[in-house]
Formats: sequence, structure tokens, C-alpha cells
Amino acid sequence: MKRAILLAASAAFAMAAPVAAQNVDIINATVATGDGSEPIQGATVSIRNGRVVYAGPDSGAPARETSNAIDGNGTWVTPGLFATVTNLGLWDVGAVSESNDIRANGSPFSAALDVAPVINPASQHILIHRAAGITRAAVVGSASGSIFAGQGAIIDLGSDADAVTTPRAFQVVELGEGGARLSGGSRTSAQALFRNALLEAGEFERSGTLRSTGSGGTSRQGDDIGIDSRMARMSRDRASDVLLTRFDAAALIPVARGEQPLYVMVERAADIRSALALKKEFPRLDMVLVGASEGWLVASDIAAAGVPVIADGLDDLPQGFDQLASTQSNIGRMVKAGVKVAINAAAMENPRNLNQYAGNLVALTRMPGADGLSWGQAFAAISSVPAEISGMGGKAGVLAPGANGDLVVWDGDPLEVGSTPVRVYIDGIEQPLENHQSRLRDRYRELDESTLPEAYDW
Amino acid sequence: MNTKLKTIAAGTLAIALAACSTNGTAETESASRSQATTDTPFPSTYEPYPGAPTALVGATIYDGVGGRIDNGTVFFSGGKIVSIGGPDTPVPADIAVFDGTGKFVTPGIIDIHSHLGDYPTPSVDAHSDGNEATSPTTPEVWAEHSVWPQDPGFARALANGGVTSLQVLPGSANLMGGRSATLKNVPSRTVQGMKFPGAPYGFKMACGENPKRVYGNRGRMPSTRMGNFAVNRQTWLDAKAYDGKKRDLAKETLKGVLDGEILVHNHCYRADEMALVMDMAKEMGYKVSAFHHAVEAYKIGDLLRENDVCSAIWADWYGFKMEAYDGILENAAYLQREDACVVIHSDDANGIQRLNQEAAKAQAAGARVGIDISDAQVIRWITLNPAKAMGIDAMTGSLEPGKMADVVLWNGNPLSVYSRPEKVWVDGALLFDAMDRKRRPVSDFELGQPGEGDVK
Repeated sequence: MKRAILLAASAAFAMAAPVAAQNVDIINATVATGDGSEPIQGATVSIRNGRVVYAGPDSGAPARETSNAIDGNGTWVTPGLFATVTNLGLWDVGAVSESNDIRANGSPFSAALDVAPVINPASQHILIHRAAGITRAAVVGSASGSIFAGQGAIIDLGSDADAVTTPRAFQVVELGEGGARLSGGSRTSAQALFRNALLEAGEFERSGTLRSTGSGGTSRQGDDIGIDSRMARMSRDRASDVLLTRFDAAALIPVARGEQPLYVMVERAADIRSALALKKEFPRLDMVLVGASEGWLVASDIAAAGVPVIADGLDDLPQGFDQLASTQSNIGRMVKAGVKVAINAAAMENPRNLNQYAGNLVALTRMPGADGLSWGQAFAAISSVPAEISGMGGKAGVLAPGANGDLVVWDGDPLEVGSTPVRVYIDGIEQPLENHQSRLRDRYRELDESTLPEAYDW
Repeated sequence: MNTKLKTIAAGTLAIALAACSTNGTAETESASRSQATTDTPFPSTYEPYPGAPTALVGATIYDGVGGRIDNGTVFFSGGKIVSIGGPDTPVPADIAVFDGTGKFVTPGIIDIHSHLGDYPTPSVDAHSDGNEATSPTTPEVWAEHSVWPQDPGFARALANGGVTSLQVLPGSANLMGGRSATLKNVPSRTVQGMKFPGAPYGFKMACGENPKRVYGNRGRMPSTRMGNFAVNRQTWLDAKAYDGKKRDLAKETLKGVLDGEILVHNHCYRADEMALVMDMAKEMGYKVSAFHHAVEAYKIGDLLRENDVCSAIWADWYGFKMEAYDGILENAAYLQREDACVVIHSDDANGIQRLNQEAAKAQAAGARVGIDISDAQVIRWITLNPAKAMGIDAMTGSLEPGKMADVVLWNGNPLSVYSRPEKVWVDGALLFDAMDRKRRPVSDFELGQPGEGDVK
């Protein structure tokens, strides 16, 4: 038996070799497109040249590439899950500090920190989460030396060296209890630091040599990738009382211009109101709220501001005094009020629990007094909605013509605990699902050391 | 709402009870042990709340022992399970009968590893009462002296997780962290009002990284794993020499362990360390009841079975520290394959609300590698098995006549993400009802706060 497993494992590795996008037809499956609609039974998904060309009832499918047609009977096919916010690729072992780039407590920099060059595509956590059906993610470190955590990246979890699809995709700032602690002990300091930072960024912009491209004064490059504003030069000396390093101030220019989304971490209703008020003071800010445990208390304000939320999915305890009103119904209530909500992958043990959390929100629809999400809404909250918030609307988290060929074939309802991917494609390329955990699983499938120690079973 | 209430004359009740109690009786062998450990200066003052005689009929029942009854009946009265069986199980006429069609019944869920109360929410420093991290061995401290009964987490565990009993442990900074508190999940003004009557004390120990890190960083022993063992062994030797003439709180606890009255719950991740601990226990003359956080238990399922030690584990936690690097989803299934004792635990104020889902994840991982474990057996991982490891299996953990009526009615299969507790009874008293917004506990802390009494 062990030999067979060994061969199977080798085969899996061998299959990882081809890197060309495949043309794929999966037929006769239950398909969830990720756009908020309910699953369709007896459906087909077709990929051509790395992109989705069809997702819908079998009857309307294009001519099949029969050599690659896969009978999906009994399986579910969905877009790959989109995990935001995560630290995938930034660490190996949480408590082994030398393997962990999440926090930079001793760094002189904050807003200028950029995760893009340090993300490790070979990280076991990327491999493990790929096998759990997550194909793309937003990655950023945690704020540690200042209220600014730095610039996050959007990555794919494909088995190749090129993980980062969008560097410097967003900036993160803490303005709640965390921000108070990081800024010297009070929210007042966090608020003052934030305003000062935007002011210094503005001054830097005016006197620096940062060039804008395009007519609207934007700093976008060809592929919607923000320029690295940190490298801007300044024509005259900065004032002697600046708080931010030159690099940090320059890094915040795209935030001040509204060209780089600003993720604001807040929980308390009052903190959310204060964050939304910043949009009046700095109208160009492209704001996203993260956490927002008391968001349901101010849901109509958030909706009116048009600010999306990456919300903790199942927080229901007063973890701090800024989360007294937390409830598992938070997301359901915000969605009901018209807020665009993704489930926060940072508010669970591992991002691979995203589908479990989404399933729990469906369960709430059966509980009197609770507010949950329909299946389609819940799935969208871990696929198309986080993709939209991450600037990949229509490209990721959704099975629609033109979208990236990211899809997952599951052995059952993907929101049900225990369902697992049997195939994962990214950009039309079937991905290996092996990792440290699967290798341990295979080695310890039986405890048999009658001929040799377990160490020879590999 | 699918419940219906039948009301007929009360006179026939006693006869009916007698008639129904023929499906066997719960074991009572551990009564003497329990007596010994209830000899405490801080005795339980818990008395079951009044409950109506109740029958749940037409439900799918997982009895906690590993059995499943379709279209089953559970009848409880006077705080005890009276009978359990199929549709012909006699039920007295004049009692509350709930139609369980399409629903599921399990014993109350039990969490063997919780810090509710000793690390309560809000998680402020003033509430950090779980680790007496001032000495590597503190057998003299008792978790019950730290438990804040107003922790809102107790109510969440009841309403969302169906948890009716739990063990609150000291933290793992110390090799010997102190005595645990075994509680019924009932709201109370005092911790004594929650203490599980007759439950033995547990004793928290910890292997590996935590003790050596905490004390090594202070330049004192232990700073290595070998230091961990040396300190432990010398402490046991000193305890064995204790004659009891001059009271010593630390040694009284250790003596209780050596006498088999206090059960050892040992935080230990790595397989090699668990093997060593089991030999240390043999050397010193005590027994480990369960290894907690045993992420590598799957590597030594055979040894754990031979030593009759349970493994209390998460379904999918891994990687957060070096000794958790080899965590795999198949841990529970591989232990079950070896016929070793599996317990799914939380160690988390959120996870305790979803132990049923964690068990389901572990079950599914097993099925994928060809280890099929029945739903009823999986429910045992979060009911009778933790009860056994906590020494309360003669009283709760399964739906057997004579046992405490700790019962959960689920609105669907508890091993599905889409199911939630609809009603929870503790000793036959209805303490949570999703259909009645007032039938849920709200802690003192939450009164007058935003979200008071919300579904949470």
C-alpha cells in the first residue's frame, strides 16, 4: 500500500512540471460562479488559454476540448477563493522570529515597508492554502513600530516563482485601540499622527520630483501598478520638525492622492464614524475598513460613504472595549444595509478557515433574531467581493468570461466543513496540491516499522 | 417553530419513570474517588435549576457512546436521563414533548481545554489570570481562584456551541501550572456555583517550548527540554517524600496526583516528548490522563493506546510555533485507526463555540484517506471521551439512563456547518432556547452595553 501511495505522490509532482495554461472543460458539476448567485447544478466551466470562457448550464457550453473534458459529477466547481487580509508568504513558524517577517518592531520605517520583495512563494503556508482552494490573496505585515503597517501586495498562490501580481496595492493604518497603543497610548495621538502623515506626504508631493503619468495626475503605470513613490527625490530640504522619515512620507503620497487604497483597522462604532469622517476631510482617500466588529451599529453610514469592509466573520465576544457589540450577525446586517463586505481572513486561525466561516454565516439565516447571508452571498464574501476590494474585480474570485482561469474542483459543498479541493487551477494551470502536511499524512498512513524506520518512507 | 407541547395529568409520571428506566444504568464506580476530591475548602454549591420532564421524539440521536438512533426518543426528568430508544420508547403522557423531526440530539458538548474565566474577555491585562508565571512549578495554585464567572464567553459556548461542561486550566508557562477547575456551564454569581459536583481536580502540566522559553529568558532553570524533565522529576521526588505533617499546598496537589485522585492534563505537542512523559509518569507513579495540543499524537497512536492516554487536539491548528510544525488534518483519524482515545478541544473562546465543526473537519480528513469514522463515533470525541479524561464520565458525556440530563437539541446534523443548537439543557434545566430570546444568559458585564441580549 505504501508503494502505491509513493507512486501516486511522485505522479503528482510530475504533473506539476508543465507550466502552460491548459484548455479545460469540467462538465456536469455543481457550479458556483462567485458573483453572489446561487449554485447551478448540471453545469460546465470552460477555460481557454488561461481564461474562463464559459460558466453555466451544460446546455449552453461551447464546443468541448474533449481530450481535457472532466466529468464533474458529484463535485462542485468554484472560482479560487480570495483571501484578504493575510500574511501568507511572510513567515514559516509564528514563534520562530528569524523565520517571521510579519512584524518589524525594530525598523525605522513604517508606511515605507513593502512586502512585495520578501514574499516567499515556496512558503509551506502558500502550498497548504493552495491545497485548501485559495488561489489569490492580499498580503501585508502587521503594524508594529507605528500606526502604519506598510504596503501590501496582491499575490497568486501558483506553483511558480512569480507570486506578486500587484506590489504596493494598498496601505494599512491602525486607528482603533491598536492605533492608540502604537502611537503613544491614546487614540488622539493616532489621529494626530495620521493627519500629520498625510500633511507631510502632501508637502513631499508638492516639492518632490515624483512624476505623475496620465491626464488625471495619477501615478499608475501600464498594468495598474502604482509607482514606487518612495524613490521620489525632493528638491529642497524638509522642515526640521517632520515626524516621518523621507521614505515613509514619500510612501504615503499615493494614499493622499487616492491612488492607493488605505485599509483602516477599526472596530468600535465611534472609531468607524471617525474613520468615515476622514473621508470628508481628505476626500481623495480610497478607504477600506478592516475589522469593524461594531459595523452593524453604523451600517447605514458605511453604506452611504461607499466604503467596503473586510470584516471579522464570527467575532461575537467583547475582546476589547472597542468590540462590546460584536456579533456573528455583524456581516449579515451590514450586507442588508448595502455595504460591500468581504470576510477577513486575518480573523481566524488560518485563512483556510474562510469557507467554514462563510458557511457559518449561512447557518445564521436559520436562527431567529440573527442575520446571515444566503449561500451565494456568503461565497461571494470569500471570492468576488475580496477580489473587487483588491482591485481584481472581474478577473479573480469569479467564473465569468474573461476572468483568470482560477478554479477549484471540490469534493462537496465548499462551504461545508470537511469539503476539500480535488483539483486547483490558477491561470488555467493545474496546480500541485502536495506540501509538508500531505507528505506527513502519507508517511504516517500506517505505523509500520517492521522492516525500516518511518524515515525511509518517502 | 416545530415544537409542540403535550399536557396531560401528572399522576402517572412516577410509574412511567419506573417503567422507562430499564435501558441500563450509568456506572457509579467513580463515586468514591469523587467523594475524596470534593473534600475541598471551596466546595461546589451548584444545584440544578428546575426543569420540566421532557421528551425529545422523532430526532436522530447520537448517544455519545458511539451509538446512533434514527427516529429516536430521549426522555429526561428530575435532571437525569430516564430513557433513550427508538420511536416506541414509552413517554409519560403529561410532559413537554418536543418534535425532533429533522433535528438531532447529542449529549451536552464538553470542552476539556478552556481558559474561559481565567483569560476572560475583555482581554485586558487586569483579566490575565491564567499563568502564575513566577516559578516553573506552581502546583499550589488553583484555576478556580482565577475564574471570573461573568466572562461573556461562557454564554457564547452554551448558545452557539452547546457546551454544558468544561475544564478551565491554568496556562502553560509553567511545567506544573496548578489545579484545573471542572465546571458546569451554568451562569452563576460565584465560581463555586459553577463547579461540577463530584468532579475530580485536574492538574495542568506543560512540556516543551513554553516553560523553557519563559524561564530560560530569565536566566533560570529550565532553559532546555532536559531542564524541563530534571525540574519535573526532582519535584515529583520531593513530593513523594512529603509526609503531610506540615501542610504544603504544592505537595498536597502532587500527592493527590500520586494517589490517583487528581488527573494529569499535560500540554505536549511533540511525539518524542509525549513518549518520555509517559515513562516519567511510570517512574514517579502517576498517570497522564490526556495530552493536550497533541499535534504529533498521530505519530505514536500505538503508544498512546497502550498507555491508555487520551489526546486532546485541534482539527487544523499548525505552524504557530516550532513544536506545532507537523500538525496534520488526519491526526484524529490516525489516532482512531490505532484505537487510541481522541478528544477535540478548543483552548479558545471562539473555537469552543464550534467544537462540533472541528470534529467534522477531522472526520472528513480521515474519510479522504479511507478511514471512515461514523458520525456517532465522532460525537464521542466531544462528549464521552473528554468526560472520561476529566473523570466525569460516570455522570455526564452520554445519554444513558441515570446520567445528568445535559442535552443539546440541534436544528440539523451537528457535524454540518449549517447546524446550530436550538435548545440546551443542563441537568434537565432549559438554559438556552433559540426560539425564546430571553432564554439566554447575559453576563453582568454586558448589561447596559451596546448589543446586550443580542443573538451574538
